[in-house]
Amino acid sequence: MSARSLLPARRPVPGVFVALALTLAIGWLVVLVDGGQLFNQSTTVSLLHVAAGLGFVAVGQTLVILGGSLDLSVAYVISLSTLVAAETMNGNDGAVVPAIGLALAVSAGIGLLNGLLVTKLRVNAFIATLGVGLLLKGYLDSGYDGPAGTTSPTLVQTLGYQRVGPVPLSFLLLVAVTGMAWFALSRTRFGHHLVAVGGDAEVARLSGVRNDRVLVTAHVLCSLCAGLAGIYLASRLGSGAPRVGTEGLYDLESIAAVVIGGTALAGGRGGVVGTVGGVLLLASIDAVFNQLDVDAFFKQVIRGAIIIAAVAVYARRALRKAAS
Amino acid sequence: MQIVQRRRLPLRLIRVRPGGVLPILTILAVLLVLVGIRQPDFLDPPSLMSFLGRSAPIILLAAGQYFVIVCGEFDLSVGSLVTAQVVVAARLIDSDPARTWPVVLLLLAFGAAVGLVNGLITTRLRVPSFITTLGMFLILVGAVYLWSDGSPKGGLSEEFRRFGRRAVEDVPLLGRVPYALLVLLAVAALAVLLTRSDFGRTLVAVGDNPRTAELSGVRVWRTRTIAFILSGLAAAVAAILLGGYSGVSFQAGAGLEFGAITAVVLGGVALGGGRGSVVGAMLGALTLELLFALMNFYGVSGALRSTVQGAIILLAVAVSATRSSAR
Amino acid sequence: MAALAAVTLLALTACATDEPAAGPSGSASAAGSGTGEQSKFFVQADYDAELALLDAAPTGPADKPWEQVLNPTMVDTAKFKKSGPHKICFSNAALNNPWRQVGFKTMQAEVEAQRSRISEFVHVDAEGKDQKQIADINDLLGKGCDALIVSPNTTATLTPAVEAACKAGLPVVVFDRGVNTKCPVTFINPIGGYGFGHVGAEFVSQRMKPGGKVLALRILPGVDVLETRWSAAKVAFDKAKVDVVGVEFTDGDPAKTKKIVDDYIQRYGTIDGLWMDAGAVAVAAVEAFQDAGKPVPPMNGEDQLDFLKIWKDKNLTAIAPTYPTYQWRTPIIAALRILDGQQVSNPWKLPQPTITQDNLDQYLDANMPPLHYAMCGCTDLPGYPQRWK
Repeated sequence: MSARSLLPARRPVPGVFVALALTLAIGWLVVLVDGGQLFNQSTTVSLLHVAAGLGFVAVGQTLVILGGSLDLSVAYVISLSTLVAAETMNGNDGAVVPAIGLALAVSAGIGLLNGLLVTKLRVNAFIATLGVGLLLKGYLDSGYDGPAGTTSPTLVQTLGYQRVGPVPLSFLLLVAVTGMAWFALSRTRFGHHLVAVGGDAEVARLSGVRNDRVLVTAHVLCSLCAGLAGIYLASRLGSGAPRVGTEGLYDLESIAAVVIGGTALAGGRGGVVGTVGGVLLLASIDAVFNQLDVDAFFKQVIRGAIIIAAVAVYARRALRKAAS
Repeated sequence: MQIVQRRRLPLRLIRVRPGGVLPILTILAVLLVLVGIRQPDFLDPPSLMSFLGRSAPIILLAAGQYFVIVCGEFDLSVGSLVTAQVVVAARLIDSDPARTWPVVLLLLAFGAAVGLVNGLITTRLRVPSFITTLGMFLILVGAVYLWSDGSPKGGLSEEFRRFGRRAVEDVPLLGRVPYALLVLLAVAALAVLLTRSDFGRTLVAVGDNPRTAELSGVRVWRTRTIAFILSGLAAAVAAILLGGYSGVSFQAGAGLEFGAITAVVLGGVALGGGRGSVVGAMLGALTLELLFALMNFYGVSGALRSTVQGAIILLAVAVSATRSSAR
Repeated sequence: MAALAAVTLLALTACATDEPAAGPSGSASAAGSGTGEQSKFFVQADYDAELALLDAAPTGPADKPWEQVLNPTMVDTAKFKKSGPHKICFSNAALNNPWRQVGFKTMQAEVEAQRSRISEFVHVDAEGKDQKQIADINDLLGKGCDALIVSPNTTATLTPAVEAACKAGLPVVVFDRGVNTKCPVTFINPIGGYGFGHVGAEFVSQRMKPGGKVLALRILPGVDVLETRWSAAKVAFDKAKVDVVGVEFTDGDPAKTKKIVDDYIQRYGTIDGLWMDAGAVAVAAVEAFQDAGKPVPPMNGEDQLDFLKIWKDKNLTAIAPTYPTYQWRTPIIAALRILDGQQVSNPWKLPQPTITQDNLDQYLDANMPPLHYAMCGCTDLPGYPQRWK
């Protein structure tokens, strides 16, 4: 039994892609009737940029959620990372590599702290990451009264604005990161162990998995992804911004994208490909509603309903599978 | 697994076992001493009474959140529910005193209904409560903005605001006793009675191990749904007091869900369910409020407050968590 | 998988970039002062200029402050001349507070008033997210707009996106917050944060003794328009040698405000002056003094009707500097003038009236909702008053 639970489960294509295709098709039609064009170049580029920012965070969030944990500190990690990166670069192209390195190192450090709190001190992940988030918020609030630093022009030109046809470089980077995460989850021991820990921590322990180490690694990777999102945003915004993470609601939106993508919040089931589908779905809804000039508050209601409905559908499917 | 086994220790050791109220009482006492050193007149009855009165809403929310958390769920929708209730109340009352009581009843019904929906989606559709209530949070905030066209309308009557803002004057010894405090005491007594009842024990059993509870004949879904309704009702009462205290705004309930959950955890209630007391949860909320007052008295820079708050929460929870695993 | 396949396909197409040529420019120097370190957003030259503008006489129609200009410097717009009707696009930072709601309704009414000249008005709400607004602006550039209006969410971070829009060749009008670039045809805003902060702080400090205790209530740290208000207030308080006993953040939450004020009253016995960087919680602060049984000290609020009402009812010693919502009318007017090839002023500085005891009655309107802003300049617009209710 334990051996089986360590193997990745075979799954069909997550339903989120069906939903995505439907949304785009219906959206395209409605926008067309309204006299607009959903798939022109500028709209597509915008959609993919929005998806890239949330995508990095959500891929990281998928890892911790798969392991049965959660990270509510990502929004602050993103803000901090934009500041570390932009202030280290200070408009200097030569400092790009150390700046990225430092931003990622700081992020990884926060992930390590989260991981240790959750595993060694046994603080519930919700509280641990909320608390770490508050620590970071205090630092950002007291240390910064607005945007600071300047991102290197080269980074702005490449990661921030370069695109290949209608696809931004940043989205290609997201595809690459997703590919790596997918590989790590389905082809490496770490991935199998992570899913096992999320599925049933006790069973995993009994079958020889070092739960703590696996979870700490997942938290570090999650924060690294948030740090990467921060670097991308710094290159998009041209400077570091102390409120960009919280204003973007990256904490709750990343969790929403993960569960819409079919990953179980309790852990042990799901994957990063579905998450990217979830991110694209949220970004597409944004794009369609933008074209139609729909009230943002109405959009929020729709979003709330979609999140609940998506998870209800997955829960039903899982229940049916368990019954058969 | 570990938790389940430990929980089978004799229940009589309730005061010392993890999840008891001793740790939170200690923290509360330390904070009281710190306040007393800096601001001795804070401990005078009138000022203490008004402090308790203004803390009533968050304490009520913590009590409501306790029921949900102890049976193994979350309610992230309470903050948005409070906002929605306050805005709805203002628009419906529209400064007309005659509408006060009907609207109060309506708010209670509204709170219970939101709790019922949260509960049914969570238990019948098997959506994790984190997601259900997160979705409900988005829906409520969006809907209330949409309904009021982006800015609150109407106004609360003085009669409505009385509950949260006024006090019974000239009470011997105490000076003045805020209505909010009386409401709080009544609700707290009810909550304690409820936890001592069969329902309370069932609730803890469900949070402890739903499968065992199910096997021993408990209808888990019904118990959990009732917990959500209680949380919704608590949010309604909190909204009435908070709307009274501070008036109408979209900010009325912002962030209260995290405040309530933090308070509950500080009070020794385990996330995931099965452990803790409602008194602990309410004391946790009181401690958190005292911490904010303390920071006002000591002049902690506004921007640094969240750091202090975060550090204290992490410290308190980590200490109690390591203590409980050391046992 | 599908995404991956699509990407490989697209990789074969040509490379392109939306990036503007120049990078964002840096900000100016900071100055120190007595209530602690001055914000790095404080720019002495801007401060001096704004204070000078407070006394400047505007040009333009006297009964239409939204068309007036302080110290105009006209720029030529002949190259944007185009025959109408026009498609005007608007990238909005957010609609998440009453000020922006009132402003946007005013703008929509202005569009309606100019219906014959505007064929289409496209509005995109960035929901307070920098990243979304950058994407929104890029999106709007592909929609064949004749003019683009931007109300940036953050000055520094929206600069690259606005530069990209300028490069696309259409006239760009920026209002409310600015951007760190000169490329838009005009930048419209009232005098600004320094003026707001100064007027309130000067009033409060003049009505108390030197050494008196002032409590400063702020909404959030790190928001540029609010930072300038506080930094100007700081200068005024230091000059008047009053004691700023606390600078607290309220998050715009009235309950939090009342708790803070309550604790400060208890801590210091009396508070002699109350300054705030925005009027959202002014009424809550007044109530905190009333509930504690203390007189309300000299204070400032803003032009929201709930504050004006309590000011009048309780006969407060108060002042209301404003950041007028009528500035939302001006970008539409400016865009149409630019498309006509008429000269416009850049920057377009609008007057920033102050409500005092003397003109309070003129702005009080019991029929409008409590969170309506009196300085909306909207009474002559189509749909008044129903649209704003």
